Amino acid sequence: MSHHLLQATELGYTYPDGPTALSGISFRITHGESVAIVGSNGAGKSTLLQHLNGCLVPQKGTLRVGDVIVAESTLQTVRRTVGMVFQDPDDQLFMPNVYEDVAFGPANLGLPAEDIELRVMQALETTGVAHLRTRAPYHLSGGEKRAVAIATVLAVWPDILVLDEPSSALDPRARRRLLELLKTFDHTKVVATHDLDFALELCERTIILSRGNVHADGPTKELLAHSEILRAAELEPPVSAQGCPMCGWRKSND
Amino acid sequence: MSKAESFLLSLAHTNRLSSVHTGLHAIDPRAKVIATLAGILTIVSHDRYTLIGLLPYASYPLFLALWGQVPAGYVFSRLLVVSPFAVFVGIFNPLIDRTPLVQVYSITISAGWVSFLSLLLRFVLTVSAALVMVAVTGFREVCMALGRMHVPRAIVVQLLFLHRYISLIASEAARMIRAYRLRSFGSSGLSLKGYARLTGTLLLRSYDRAQRIYSAMLCRGFDGTIRVRNQLHFRSADTLFLAGWIAFFIMVRLVKPGEALTHF
Repeated sequence: MSHHLLQATELGYTYPDGPTALSGISFRITHGESVAIVGSNGAGKSTLLQHLNGCLVPQKGTLRVGDVIVAESTLQTVRRTVGMVFQDPDDQLFMPNVYEDVAFGPANLGLPAEDIELRVMQALETTGVAHLRTRAPYHLSGGEKRAVAIATVLAVWPDILVLDEPSSALDPRARRRLLELLKTFDHTKVVATHDLDFALELCERTIILSRGNVHADGPTKELLAHSEILRAAELEPPVSAQGCPMCGWRKSND
Repeated sequence: MSKAESFLLSLAHTNRLSSVHTGLHAIDPRAKVIATLAGILTIVSHDRYTLIGLLPYASYPLFLALWGQVPAGYVFSRLLVVSPFAVFVGIFNPLIDRTPLVQVYSITISAGWVSFLSLLLRFVLTVSAALVMVAVTGFREVCMALGRMHVPRAIVVQLLFLHRYISLIASEAARMIRAYRLRSFGSSGLSLKGYARLTGTLLLRSYDRAQRIYSAMLCRGFDGTIRVRNQLHFRSADTLFLAGWIAFFIMVRLVKPGEALTHF
C-alpha cells in the first residue's frame, strides 16, 4: 500500500519575508501509522502541515506522498490522497449547508450524483452528524463543526488524514468524543497539536519539532516521559505524565 | 448591546423565517425572484407624481408576508434602517418643485410634495417586496435561482460567501468593539480614529481568513466552479404563481386605478 506513505527528505522552507520555518527536516511515515507533530509556537508545525497537501510546495528537499513527489504538477493527486482538517472549522465549512459542504469534494472529483450522495451520507454517519445535514454551518456547536469538517474530508476518501490542532476550542466531552472517533479510523494520521495528552492517547509515534528541525522522533510514550527532551524543545510534559500536584504520586508507565 | 451584535441577532431571525414551511416556501425560488423583479420594475416605471396608482402593488408584499408568515415587525424594522437613503434622495423635491398640483379643500399641495411622497411609497413597496421575498425563500435558494438564471457565477458565489461569512465578520467586529470600549474609559463611543483602526484590522483579518478558506477549497479539489445539487423543479404551481402576478402587475399598470384621483 505505497500510497499511504509520507516521506520528507531534507525539507526546507523560508518565507518570503525572512524567517526560515523549516531547515531541512526528514522523516518517513508508513501505512496506518498515527503520528503526532508537536512543538512550541513557531517551531514549524503549520508550515510542515501546509506542505503535506500542497498548500506550499517544497523549496528545498523533497516530499513524497504515496508514489508521487509533491510539485505543482502533482497537486491534484496529492490533494486526493491527503485529507486536511483545518484548525478553524469555519475556514473549512464555506458552503450554505452541511450536506453541500460535504458534497463539495466529491462533486469536484466529477462523480455521478448517486456516488456523491452515498459518500456524503457515509461520511456524515461515520462522524455521527447525519442529522445535521440540512443545517447551516453557523448554527452548529464547536464539536459539531469539527465533526462536519472531518466528514468533508472523509467524503473524498483520502488515504492520509492530516489534522491541525483538532482538539483546540473543544469542551472536554467533545474532545473525548473526537478522540474516540479518530481512534476508529484506519487511515494514516498526522496530528499537529499542543494537547500532548491528546497525542499520548491517539498517536503511537511523535515527532517533536523545534526551530524548524526535527528535535526528536520516536514512540510517544517514551518521548513525552522525557522531561529533558521536552524542556529543550520548550514544551511541558503532558498532564497525565506529571505527578499529582497534591501528593506527588505518579502512575508508572504500563 | 453594540450594533454589530444586534445585527447578528437579526441575521439569525432571517434564517429562522426561511426555514418555516408553508406552501409559499415550496414555490420555486426562480418564480419568486422573477415575480419580485417584475413587480419592482413596474412600480418604478410609473411617472413621478403617481401616488394612489401605486397602492394596489402593496398586495404583493402583503400576500407574500401573510402566506409566508413573516411578522410585520420584521419588515418594518428593516425598512426603518434603510429609510434615510430614500428620505435623502427626495428631501429637496418639495423645495425645488413648487408648482401647485393638488387642491384638497383650501390646502394646495405642490408637485414636489407629491413626488416626494411617491418616492417614499415606491421605496416602501419595492424594499418590502424584496425583504419579504428573501424571507420566504431563503438567501441560499435566491442565490441558486440566480445561478440557474445565468447571472454571472462570480456574483452568485460572492453573494453566497457574503451570506456565509458576514456573521463571522460581524461577531469579530462586535468582539473588537467590546474590547475597545472596555479600555476607552469614560469617553463615549468610538472616535473616528478608533473606527479607522478597527476597520483596517477587520479588513486584514478578513483577508487572512479568505486565504485560509481558499486553501481549504483547493484542498478539496476546487477548480473555479462550485457545483451544487440541482434541487429546483419548475412545476405548474410555480408557473401559475409567476403568470398570475405578472398579469396582475400589467393590469395595474395599464388600468391605472388611481390616476383620476391624483390629478383631480
